[in-house]
Amino acid sequence: MAGITSSAGPAATAGAAAADARAGAARAGKSVLGPDEIRRALTRIGHEILERTDGAGDVVLLGIPTRGVPLARRLAERLAETEGVRVPVGSLDITLYRDDLRLRPARTLGHTEVPGSGIDGMVVVLVDDVLFSGRTVRAALDALGDIGRPRAVQLAVLVDRGHRELPIRPDYVGKNLPTAKREVVRVLLTETDGEDSVTLAQLPAEEEGR
Amino acid sequence: MNRHLISAADLSLDDAVAILDTAEELARLAERPIPKLPTLRGRTVVNLFYEDSTRTRISFEAAAKRLSADVINFSAKGSSVAKGESLKDTALTLQAMGADAVVIRHGASGAPHRLARWVRGSVVNAGDGTHEHPTQALLDAFTMRRRLGRLEGLRVSIVGDILHSRVARSNVWLLRTLGAQVTLVAPPTLLPIAVDGWPCSVSYDLSSVLPGSDVVMMLRVQHERMSDAYFPSVREYRRRYGLDGDRMALLPDHAIVMHPGPMNRGMEIAAEVADSPRSTIVEQVTNGVSVRMAVLYLLLSGSRAPDEPAVAGDTELVTAAELTATAAGSQVRVEVL
Repeated sequence: MAGITSSAGPAATAGAAAADARAGAARAGKSVLGPDEIRRALTRIGHEILERTDGAGDVVLLGIPTRGVPLARRLAERLAETEGVRVPVGSLDITLYRDDLRLRPARTLGHTEVPGSGIDGMVVVLVDDVLFSGRTVRAALDALGDIGRPRAVQLAVLVDRGHRELPIRPDYVGKNLPTAKREVVRVLLTETDGEDSVTLAQLPAEEEGR
Repeated sequence: MNRHLISAADLSLDDAVAILDTAEELARLAERPIPKLPTLRGRTVVNLFYEDSTRTRISFEAAAKRLSADVINFSAKGSSVAKGESLKDTALTLQAMGADAVVIRHGASGAPHRLARWVRGSVVNAGDGTHEHPTQALLDAFTMRRRLGRLEGLRVSIVGDILHSRVARSNVWLLRTLGAQVTLVAPPTLLPIAVDGWPCSVSYDLSSVLPGSDVVMMLRVQHERMSDAYFPSVREYRRRYGLDGDRMALLPDHAIVMHPGPMNRGMEIAAEVADSPRSTIVEQVTNGVSVRMAVLYLLLSGSRAPDEPAVAGDTELVTAAELTATAAGSQVRVEVL
């Protein structure tokens, strides 16, 4: 899910105004990763994927919209640069599989695009920007089950901020970021936001009592 | 989006585009090995049909089932309605059963509006009298956008029995919102009296309109609603307002031919036209399921305050205002339900 919504977690039932306020607060927050660190983290994850999957021969990268998708594309570029493997990339929207649909206003659907190779018998690496409660990943696993039967599913995230609510763990982590629950992790990427950065900020006071 | 979908005129541009975009994503999911989605698990959708319908009812049923909602089909024949139960009592029964959405088709214009004040769930108008059929207009717009890539500036001609057509009314309002230009083509007897108040132009000559049309939508001549003679003979109607192969040749190369179904082949549309590659008639049926899924998803998946009253304070005013608007725009029969 998009950085700001997923990272703010269950508190993010806010309207546009509150989202703006939160974005403003996050922008004012502490910088955690800059463009160079994001690049290095992705390069490292790329290498780890190659190691763990014996050269990524049967890997499919599926980004979770919004910001998981450009991250998946970047990872595929890294794999191509490092070992010359062309890994299929796609996107997997999980909106229709969320467990909190009844708790929030109806959401716009993201784009699902499964590569032509399909996912049967492949190693699917799910890619997302922030890992928080784990509920997005649970939804993604359900969504995958309706598309096919991968040989294995792995998870790559740019930031793991802790506070899991489900027994889910990442296989590849760009940065482990210990956070308090009321903090917001905001990921910006050039493709979607015009710049690369990860910042950590406090939730504005009026959103604390969730 | 509003809680109900009663009239295409209620949809803002953002609402309409959101429905079409959602339908686009859902249409892609329909191609998967398992097209079923868990999204509306535990929700109940009631199909309340007081008028005969095959494609609309089946389409709504398929849409609800693809989203894992439970579907209860209720048709007036063989139910307590045949024993004289009023719409209100039926509504209260459905309410007591916990329907999250009621999809209603009714012969009286305005019935869904009334129903919306009696039930807690969402009401979706699946055709009321000669008033509106918003999901048909949405699926038509969706089909046009898929085939022609855009809606803004599209020239759409709607031909035939405009007077009795809820499809035409919904299309006129929705297409206006989406930025298309609509021309209604019909004999003067099959146009509503207040048609000059509608946001569209009117022509009596089909052949002169066709060369400037990106979309031509043929409407069924609704004999069952015709108590008078609206045209001298079937043959004359067909000659002046029917679409045959020769007339179709007048259309620009990219233009498409639509029909909401059911067709009277050989009446308003010739078989060779209905079966030509330009015809989107079968696509419209497929697209109908995606569009209705989008509508159900957007109406039902969101949160709702648990004690939101079934009747909002201003409903009465809205109803009165809209009824006036409807009465001005179409020959609405206000019936005591």
